[in-house]
Amino acid sequence: MAKPRALVLTGYGINCDWETAFAFEKAGAEARRVHVNDLIDGHDSLDRYQILSFPGGFSYGDDISSGKVLANRVKTHLAESIKRFIEKGGLIIGICNGFQVVVKYGLLGSPEGPMEEQKSTLTNNDSSRYEDRWVHLRPKDGRCVFTRGIDKLYLPVAHGEGKFFTDPKTLEGLEAAGCVVLRYTDEEGRAAGGRFPWNPNGSLNDIAGICDPSGRVFGLMPHPERHLHFTQHPLWTRMAEGYRREGRPLPEEGDGMALFRNAVTYFTE
Amino acid sequence: MGTRIEVAIRPELPDPQGNRFIKRIQDDYGIRVSSARILDVYHVDKALDEDQQERCRRELFTDPLTQHSSLGPLPGKAFDWMIEIGFLPGVTDNVGNTSREAVEDLLNIRFQPGESVYSAEQILLAGPLKEEQVKRIASIRYNPLIQKAWIQNRKDWEQDPLDNRVYAPKVRLAPSRQIDTVSLNVDDKELTRLGKEGILDLGEDGRKVGRGPLALDVPTLKVIRDHFNGLGRDPTDLELESIAQTWSEHCKHNIFAARIDEVDSLYKTYIQGATKAIRKRLGSDDWCLSVFRDNSGVIRLNEDWSICYKVETHNSPSALDPYGGAITGIVGVNRDPLGTGMGARLIVNNYGFCFGDPYYKGSPYYRLPGREEATLHPKVIFEGVREGVEHGGNKSGIPTAWGFLTFDPRYMGKPLVFVGTVGLLPATLHGRPSHEKKAQPGDRIIMAGGRVGKDGIHGATFSSEAMHAGSPATAVQIGDPITQKKLADAQIEIRDLGLYHSVTDNGAGGLSCSVAEMARECGGCRVVLDQIPIKYEGLLPYETWISESQERMTYAVPPENVDPLCDLMRRRGVEATVIGEFTDDGLCVVEFEGRRIMDLDMKFLHEGNPQKILATTYTEPDHPEPEFPEPEDPAETLRRMLGRLNLCSKEYVVRQFDHEVQAGSVIKPLVGKHQDVASDAAVTRPLLDGPEGIALSHSLYPTYGDIDPYWMAACAIDTAIRNLVVVGAAPQRIALLDNFCWCSSDDPERLGQLKRAARACYDFAVAYGTPFISGKDSMYNDFKGFDEDDRPVKISVPPTLLISSLGILEDVTRSVTLDAKMPGDRLYLLGTTRDELGASEYYALMGEILQGERYIGKRVPTVEAGPNLRIYTALHQAILEGHVSAAASLGLGGLATAASKMALAGDLGMEIDLSAVSTEPGGLRADRILYSESQGRILVSVSPEKEETFLSLFEGLPCRLVGRTHEEAFLRVHGKDGAPYLEEGLPKLREAYKKTLWW
Repeated sequence: MAKPRALVLTGYGINCDWETAFAFEKAGAEARRVHVNDLIDGHDSLDRYQILSFPGGFSYGDDISSGKVLANRVKTHLAESIKRFIEKGGLIIGICNGFQVVVKYGLLGSPEGPMEEQKSTLTNNDSSRYEDRWVHLRPKDGRCVFTRGIDKLYLPVAHGEGKFFTDPKTLEGLEAAGCVVLRYTDEEGRAAGGRFPWNPNGSLNDIAGICDPSGRVFGLMPHPERHLHFTQHPLWTRMAEGYRREGRPLPEEGDGMALFRNAVTYFTE
Repeated sequence: MGTRIEVAIRPELPDPQGNRFIKRIQDDYGIRVSSARILDVYHVDKALDEDQQERCRRELFTDPLTQHSSLGPLPGKAFDWMIEIGFLPGVTDNVGNTSREAVEDLLNIRFQPGESVYSAEQILLAGPLKEEQVKRIASIRYNPLIQKAWIQNRKDWEQDPLDNRVYAPKVRLAPSRQIDTVSLNVDDKELTRLGKEGILDLGEDGRKVGRGPLALDVPTLKVIRDHFNGLGRDPTDLELESIAQTWSEHCKHNIFAARIDEVDSLYKTYIQGATKAIRKRLGSDDWCLSVFRDNSGVIRLNEDWSICYKVETHNSPSALDPYGGAITGIVGVNRDPLGTGMGARLIVNNYGFCFGDPYYKGSPYYRLPGREEATLHPKVIFEGVREGVEHGGNKSGIPTAWGFLTFDPRYMGKPLVFVGTVGLLPATLHGRPSHEKKAQPGDRIIMAGGRVGKDGIHGATFSSEAMHAGSPATAVQIGDPITQKKLADAQIEIRDLGLYHSVTDNGAGGLSCSVAEMARECGGCRVVLDQIPIKYEGLLPYETWISESQERMTYAVPPENVDPLCDLMRRRGVEATVIGEFTDDGLCVVEFEGRRIMDLDMKFLHEGNPQKILATTYTEPDHPEPEFPEPEDPAETLRRMLGRLNLCSKEYVVRQFDHEVQAGSVIKPLVGKHQDVASDAAVTRPLLDGPEGIALSHSLYPTYGDIDPYWMAACAIDTAIRNLVVVGAAPQRIALLDNFCWCSSDDPERLGQLKRAARACYDFAVAYGTPFISGKDSMYNDFKGFDEDDRPVKISVPPTLLISSLGILEDVTRSVTLDAKMPGDRLYLLGTTRDELGASEYYALMGEILQGERYIGKRVPTVEAGPNLRIYTALHQAILEGHVSAAASLGLGGLATAASKMALAGDLGMEIDLSAVSTEPGGLRADRILYSESQGRILVSVSPEKEETFLSLFEGLPCRLVGRTHEEAFLRVHGKDGAPYLEEGLPKLREAYKKTLWW
């Protein structure tokens, strides 16, 4: 089976592209970091890929509103090819700033599916502070390709504008359509209930990630590509001591790998 | 002409930014504000039709879910006071620049030169406030050096609303192509004046005004005069300014290079000398690749990869504009690895801040008499610097993996802001070692990145009297991480395509230094000044040449690669321009409008600088060793110690820095079960598919210099090494960087202290086998000004030596954190505890309690490198063999602090028996054992099953069983007689540790 081809977008302040490409490679994809301008001026084409990733970072410095300016640039120049990409069954993942981009573009955030109008947003954390901290997450098993078969995740968030927000009707629609596939929880897996620090930003309904009704477009604020190795877990030295005393080998992988592997196996199985 | 767009959070939604501001106003000034809303304002200085304006407002500037907006003033504003803050002309406006690009993209139009978008913010305050209070509130967000503020109350606003206009702070300068020649055949008085005040210009009022200091002394100016007399002509202003930059303290380190007493250069003798001695000893095992000759030091990581590292300071700019100074500092030091060898990828940032007391309650000081130009409050500096490093690092996508904060009242006049960056280089590129580079004659000189403006030209001295409304504010700069990120990303592409022969960054001295430096590689250069892209018209030729405009790199590009390189840069949104060519005629030439306005011999330019001759004195300080009774409540003392500014948790700062981007983090800056205790060092995996790690730490002991700068330096080196060994770095693979931040370096006594510290650097680097690979100095960290009553005031920083350490781990899965892991583990204390509390945190606390100011004393910690190195080597072996479950380095606050951190991080209780501690003969009082800052000590936890093998590694070394961990959540210390001495619950200790710096 040929390896699926993953396009990892770069440029204009995107900065998690190397590790995101590494994650896709490790999961069995053939990943390529491609500058957004190379898609716009035709040096490369989305048609050659099965997976499109909007990585984390600070596109355009988060100026004006996080993700907005890059979303506009992509929409202005690449709307047709993105539409084609979705129609022919490609997978899209937006992580952190990439999530902000796809929501502000309109690819996510509406129960009606991808569109070119923004129906939801990611706004300032309630603390009004950028925060780097690890969060507990509970995926909902459903149609989302990326979260299939995962019962919990422990990943870091690192953002200043990660509060998922929308109007009551859209929120209800997203919930009803099964689009809310990732929520913040406490250590025990219970709903965070909006409480800090478990819900780190004040997101409505503890929403950490959503997908579109097809389950093929997915976005999340936490960073799965920052938990690829066991040694990225903030408590790994504590866990390792236990493993060693029990004479067991150390695990090698972190929780985040499962998301990337799901994307790859979607095409290979 | 132009469009004003106002954007606000919808009134029915909370405004988190406004709420945070309310809390800040309450915390800092005790002023209650009932509501604060912060609006974004965009001034589009370009003619747009109504449809275009509306599209920008709706599709770009406004979030449809959370915001509302309007063209012109937003209707229905509720407020008592309005503050609007915009930038002064010429100040980098990152939001404005992005907005311009976004408007161009959205509307498919182009802005013409002079057209732009300017960002501003508007603050709406509600509450019964007086004008004076509103001014103080404004000062939290408004800095007159870079911004303009307007304040209006409701009533005045109703008459004449200040938000009813478009503010376009455009730079307007009369076109000028003036080139002066400067005669140096004048008397010594005039030469002195020239060195201090600079070349004279005719001011607007007809008076002659100095351009700003050349910082050249009379003997040096005479050397320049003789050179030009030999040529039979006077220098041009550009030549003189260019020489002044090249020979500046910043570039040539004149004090470190001076003959100082019997020593021919402290730098060559002690710093470089140590590295030479160590490399010679290592022979074929030498792992240094390029040290002291490039923008950062390069060492080997493994066969395929190299690591480079540089730490810089940005002190004076951070005193004036903390945000701008710090962001320019961090984004600036990023360019050092970018400009090292063929150019590195940036993989880790770190920081260190030395501030005055953020809770300072006294009056400010003033730069000018008559209470003019007040110094900023230490907390304003703290918050500004923190935010600058936050934005600089986070937006560049470089993890801020490590850092420290140090507090001392003597940093109130001038903070110290250290910023460092580690880079990763392939060992070879296109078959050549990548840490080497060589411009070739005929290569084109290409400048890429930002454009050139008046930024940073004689910045610190730009006097307010010389300014008019259209003058660019150049005193301080604001770094632009996104422009640089685009450049850094593109550089890796052109590097890997092999499109250039050499690269360096534009920092101090701008092109005058970067081009002249690269020209040494081939033997000359010729620059055509007219080709240099500028931000606005009206720059004098010399200004273009020495401008310190940020985010620029210079490349040496063979002619056939010019088009591919410029084309690729353009496709990445980066401007790249040919500005001249490299030659081999031994000359540094600058042409302007067809005339040769610089024509200098390369040898004179780079080697003509006369060596300074300096003499030192040294007076041994004489602070009495304090005598005081043992504290009555040892638990309370421990809580107060843990809450001291220098010991407490810095989690508030750490969490706002992204320390995990690039996915390499192994040991984070916060560790333990609750991820809330500061680690001794950070470990990062530089290659995601490799097992290696790099460990980073820092150390400084500025108070120890009050007793002896020699031991201050020795202790910093010992601690910087020890902090890496405890996380698992190999002691024989540790590199050091030195950053001397001195004060009053024209004072022989200060130079005497400098010489002692430098000598210790040699002694201990050699003894430990830890080479210096790079360094930097900043010699005049003094504030001179006035108090409220116009009395002159001088505040000098304590002579500060920062030692930064970088170590290599062969396998990151062997790294160790300091948190206690399991109940029942044995606690071993390595090293000997001596009565060494001179200038310690404990003496400071007890002095503050008992006499109202810190005790200093005499018995400063000393270092015995030989025994310490044996301990470190044994510990490293124990770690590699997996016998160590936790290890904490003892530094400030000694055993009590390290044990508390280990217990808090593990959320496990601990029993410690002071009678078991290895002490100097005669023993020590319990409080002295707990808080001694003797070096070379490490607290280690070991599982009972590993105890025997662990101990076998430490035969003949001071390694004592001093306690064990347990499941009950308290720390209990037994005194020398075995009786309980101190007992405290972990929740109380945690509260004490965490509450000091949290706002």
